[in-house]
Amino acid sequence: MPRHRPRSNRPRSNRPSPGKILLGAFAGLVFFFLLLPLLVVFPISLSSAAYLQFPPPGFSWQWYQRYLDDPGWIEATWRSLQVAALCTALAMGLGVPLAFFLARSRLPGVRLLDRLTAAPIIVPTIILSIALYGVFARLQLVGEWYGLAIAHTVLALPFVVILVGAGLRGFDETQEQAAAGLGAAWPWIVWRVTLPQLRPSLVSAAFLSFVSSFDELVLAMFLSGAAMTLPKKMFDNILMEIDPTIAAVSVLQILLVAVALGLTSLFGRGALTTTITR
Amino acid sequence: MQLSVTGIVRRFGTVAALGGVDLDVAEGEFLTILGPSGSGKTTLLKAIAGFEIPDEGAVTLGGLDVTLAPPRSREVGMVFQNYALFPHMSVAQNIAFPLEMRRRPRAEVRQRVEAALRLVELEGMAARLPRQLSGGQQQRVALARAVVFDPKLLLLDEPFGALDRKLRESLQLEVRRLQRRLGLTTLFITHDQEEALIMSDRIAVMDKGRIQQIGRPGDLYARPASRFVADFLGESNLLEGRAGQGVAQLPGFGAVPLPGAAAQPDGPVTLLLRPEALRVEAAAAPLPCRATGTVLETVFLGQSAKLRLRVEGGAEMLARLPLRPSDPPPPAEGVVVTLGFAPEDLHVVPQG
Repeated sequence: MPRHRPRSNRPRSNRPSPGKILLGAFAGLVFFFLLLPLLVVFPISLSSAAYLQFPPPGFSWQWYQRYLDDPGWIEATWRSLQVAALCTALAMGLGVPLAFFLARSRLPGVRLLDRLTAAPIIVPTIILSIALYGVFARLQLVGEWYGLAIAHTVLALPFVVILVGAGLRGFDETQEQAAAGLGAAWPWIVWRVTLPQLRPSLVSAAFLSFVSSFDELVLAMFLSGAAMTLPKKMFDNILMEIDPTIAAVSVLQILLVAVALGLTSLFGRGALTTTITR
Repeated sequence: MQLSVTGIVRRFGTVAALGGVDLDVAEGEFLTILGPSGSGKTTLLKAIAGFEIPDEGAVTLGGLDVTLAPPRSREVGMVFQNYALFPHMSVAQNIAFPLEMRRRPRAEVRQRVEAALRLVELEGMAARLPRQLSGGQQQRVALARAVVFDPKLLLLDEPFGALDRKLRESLQLEVRRLQRRLGLTTLFITHDQEEALIMSDRIAVMDKGRIQQIGRPGDLYARPASRFVADFLGESNLLEGRAGQGVAQLPGFGAVPLPGAAAQPDGPVTLLLRPEALRVEAAAAPLPCRATGTVLETVFLGQSAKLRLRVEGGAEMLARLPLRPSDPPPPAEGVVVTLGFAPEDLHVVPQG
């Protein structure tokens, strides 16, 4: 049987429009801009030179070796991880219930309170640091790792409240009514129905809390005293001697955050899209 | 189980969403609350389900006063308008949820979930997530979840709204059969009068926070107690005339004998004539009440045609003509036809 090609069925052009090409190029440039620091730091961390020089004259692992061999660096890293972990736990423990209250309460003035949760982000960290220093000195929390974790919690809470709040506002409350009608008491409703569907918000909030603390310098300078965190140690290192160890530490820090980010996208996906489609 | 609602009032600010509702649903009965949006039917449903506490009145379920009981202890199965399936749980987990909340043994849960899946003919779908199902399948899952724990009462809140017409019709009948089979007392909320007529043992027509009339579908359709019910349920011709000495003067038709004439006081009267009772041309010839009219519009509907006519010297009327494939085409626009009806098809709509 002969096959006819309908006349009107001309091959259509799938070539992208100039606008799309322009947008693509623009996005590429922005990405380059974002990645530029990495492109410099990574080679320097593998430099054979004893000072910061780009491009590096040769290859060596020596700066990673120096980091691993120095108990000061390892201790600071370990402390930073501890601080960030406690900060995350505190920010989630306080922030999630607060987000529920702010999203659900019908009390007058709640909307204003909701806006105020961003306050710690707006207040300059320096001012916050000085204020907290005064309070913490009296409470003998300066120089204690958990003191710093508490201070970091102040900074991390807005992320948690904003992210979880947004998740809650996108959540269909008839789900909770349905669960109640099916015989569930409220702790069960929250645990089995609400929280699982907020997972993406919760994971993102935890990630941001962790990273904001792990990376924080200003509060750490005021409050960590001799018990240095990694960013503080890096800062002191730059003040005293500039060698590529700092680049090696940066690369390790970046890798850690990248792993956390990977885990976030792994555990945070799925639930949100299902919430939206229903 | 038997449901009784007595004197329920629910006010929002100064507006009474429910202005004193009384309702009795017999065991195993399928009762529909029919009303336009804003009539208070959803508030009534919420008061029965426990999501809304009424300001006055009581809700009794199986002889037990549950007015203030929390939803979880009412043993009421509910299908929501948007189904409210849990998107992060599989079909089987969704259906198992009410059983798990009642701490049923695991073997029993599995067996009852399987039975519920068979009941709604979704045996192969146990492991799917709700979003992997079609709208009709989701609806069945919601239904299975609502009946799996043997509720005392089943509430259906406009569950067919999101489905296309064909699917809706087959599901309506399916839900009806299932309800009969399980003998479940069922309260169905809808604004769709056709749906209400198809499914219900009885219909309660609601408007402005009150039940306007309650009765069997046929009774409501033939003998509405008010203009609102006549208008809301089905299509209607409401004819204004003057009654006197057992007859009504209807413009265009002249003197028409009134049904139940003795009880009818003299004065203005509203008469209901359903469009299918108004005949044209040959079919109208043998009927006692006749007039002449002009066709304004003809709509072909397949098994019937709908005509909008203007009665000579009278009002606009609707007629619905049954059509067989061998029938000639219905009269076209502009054609002058004879209209007729039998006086026994008239219903006097109570004033007020």
